[in-house]
Amino acid sequence: MSASISAPTIEVRIPTILRPYTNSEKIVSAEANNLGELITALNDKYVGLGERLLEKNELRRFINIYINDEDVRFMGSLAATLKAGDSVTILPAVAGGRK
Amino acid sequence: MTLRINADFVAKILEQARMEYPDECCGVILGPENSGDASELRPMVNAAHSPTFYEFDSKDLLSLYRELDERSKEIVVVYHSHTETEAYPSRTDIAYASEPNAHYVVVSTRKEIAPENEFRSYRIIDGVVTEEPVEIISTIGK
Repeated sequence: MSASISAPTIEVRIPTILRPYTNSEKIVSAEANNLGELITALNDKYVGLGERLLEKNELRRFINIYINDEDVRFMGSLAATLKAGDSVTILPAVAGGRK
Repeated sequence: MTLRINADFVAKILEQARMEYPDECCGVILGPENSGDASELRPMVNAAHSPTFYEFDSKDLLSLYRELDERSKEIVVVYHSHTETEAYPSRTDIAYASEPNAHYVVVSTRKEIAPENEFRSYRIIDGVVTEEPVEIISTIGK
């Protein structure tokens, strides 16, 4: 696709619970200019992964995604820009409680 | 699978639950990768500061996983307290359980059973909860 010709390749760390989607790979990569594109590209390679990260085109509440050391929620979420050399980490929240 | 845990950690977790009451408390116990050995107690901040909910702070969570990678450790136990209800995983606990290899420990500080404490352990995999025995190892005399 023309949109991805110049897009940088981004390394993505996958948490244990999502590795069934990535053939058990802990680190995968895809080309994208922003987080939304990255999730689309990942879902093209690893079908079903996108749905575990997004709900109604928004980041799921209990999935944390970081670009380098920063939570993407403070960087525009799906619009957060990616550049060459960025590393993305996906971590499910550790959360729960009686409610 | 039985959770083997030393008595000192059990006492510290229950103490943390009492200290942070009426909020839920939370934390992890780390161990060497693939050992299943609960050897390093790590209390965490409940970023939700709530009597009915707990959540690790997003930055703390990233630091924790970075450290696991660097030190070849894994999360052996994820624990939290229920303040007024049974030490059994709630629907929320089950929905968010994301470490299929961890023991999920729930303790309760509910008053009606005081001064007894509940300290119970579970596996939570794909929404299925399985309670498991807890073997408390005495550290006295070591």
